[in-house]
Amino acid sequence: MSSIVKGGVTLALIAALCTALVALTYTATAERIEANEQAWLERSLQPALSGLFFDSGVTESMITIPPPHDLPGSEAAIVYRVYAEDAPVAALFVVSARDGYAGPIRVLVGVDVSGSVTGVHVLEHRETPGLGDRVESGKSDWVQQFDGRSLIDPAASGWAIKRDGGQFDQLTGASVTPRAIIKAIRDTLLYFEAHREEIFSTQQEEAE
Amino acid sequence: MSAPGFVDRFRNGLWVENPGLVQLLGLCPLLAVTSTFVNGLGLGVATLVVLMASNALVSATRRWIQPQIRIPIYVLIIASLVTCIELIFKAFFPALDRSLGIFIPLIVTNCAIVARAEVFASKNSVASSILDGFVMGTGFAMLLMAIGLFRELIGHGSIMSRMDMLLGGDAMRGIVLTDGGWLLAILPPGAFFSLALAIALKNVIDKRRKATMPRRARH
Repeated sequence: MSSIVKGGVTLALIAALCTALVALTYTATAERIEANEQAWLERSLQPALSGLFFDSGVTESMITIPPPHDLPGSEAAIVYRVYAEDAPVAALFVVSARDGYAGPIRVLVGVDVSGSVTGVHVLEHRETPGLGDRVESGKSDWVQQFDGRSLIDPAASGWAIKRDGGQFDQLTGASVTPRAIIKAIRDTLLYFEAHREEIFSTQQEEAE
Repeated sequence: MSAPGFVDRFRNGLWVENPGLVQLLGLCPLLAVTSTFVNGLGLGVATLVVLMASNALVSATRRWIQPQIRIPIYVLIIASLVTCIELIFKAFFPALDRSLGIFIPLIVTNCAIVARAEVFASKNSVASSILDGFVMGTGFAMLLMAIGLFRELIGHGSIMSRMDMLLGGDAMRGIVLTDGGWLLAILPPGAFFSLALAIALKNVIDKRRKATMPRRARH
């Protein structure tokens, strides 16, 4: 009996020690991690902004669309609006493709006001190194094939990899990841088409 | 087991008892992330740090830990340390953290770490355990780097690309020999082949050595 109590107490003490260690590290790094994410965000929005003329701050124009919505992903989607002299230029969506190979894939999809893709960038994923991770812009130019495409070019049914009868290249050894991303882009374009007006007219939220 | 000398400890960790090559522990991360040198280096260093810290903590608490509950305690210690390492990577090497993805948290499941806690740290002094963590971790990291270097060379045709993920700054392409390479090398089968080649190479070297100096190899 006493050995059980002793064991339990030891376990509890060590658990407390370990929790303290993690909590300490968390407090020490939380600020830096947040700054990194912000810097990463600003840098990663660039691919969807290239070639656009705009004069508004991008990260300040953020709105969040709470679930349920028709965008990919079950959590709140983030939209950055881009304006030139108060006229809408483009909207950058941060959405999650839920059907990746290993967990959700966070994708940035830029759509200009006419409904064409301005750029796609994979922000976060847990896909297999060497296979699915080539959707990253640093590792291959796969995501560039979407630039300038829209729901007219090709029609919604053509938004699939070639193996599935669509118009887009797959990646050797990885078809789940491209499928998930293409579907996410298509759904984003469909959503944009249906909600264009309200996206650009929504007042931006008060700063947190 | 008499206490082996400093040099012998190193020789053990790096070569004779290399956790990856000889004990065949921690193969999951070893096979999964070594598609490039920088990945191998990143995970190798992370594993090394966790191994040293977990050996230190296990050794420091060894007198209070009853044998019945030692394994949950090892797991608790290792999991906490890995969480800390993950936070530190996120804070200081965000690009590398993105590249290694799930394999940083998965260091928890690296049997080499719990094996060293059980076999060594639970029976030896703190300083000795830290040294053990260092040599074993270095042996593991060296193997990760060697395999990463080899697979990247064959698979991508480059050497040490993307070192910026560790060092910061602009994207570095490393030494590019050819554009693209033999894809098989960076796919999972390439990992198995590379490890097999590394083990075979070690065995060949050991055999040669034994043949050329039979007496000294046995003391």
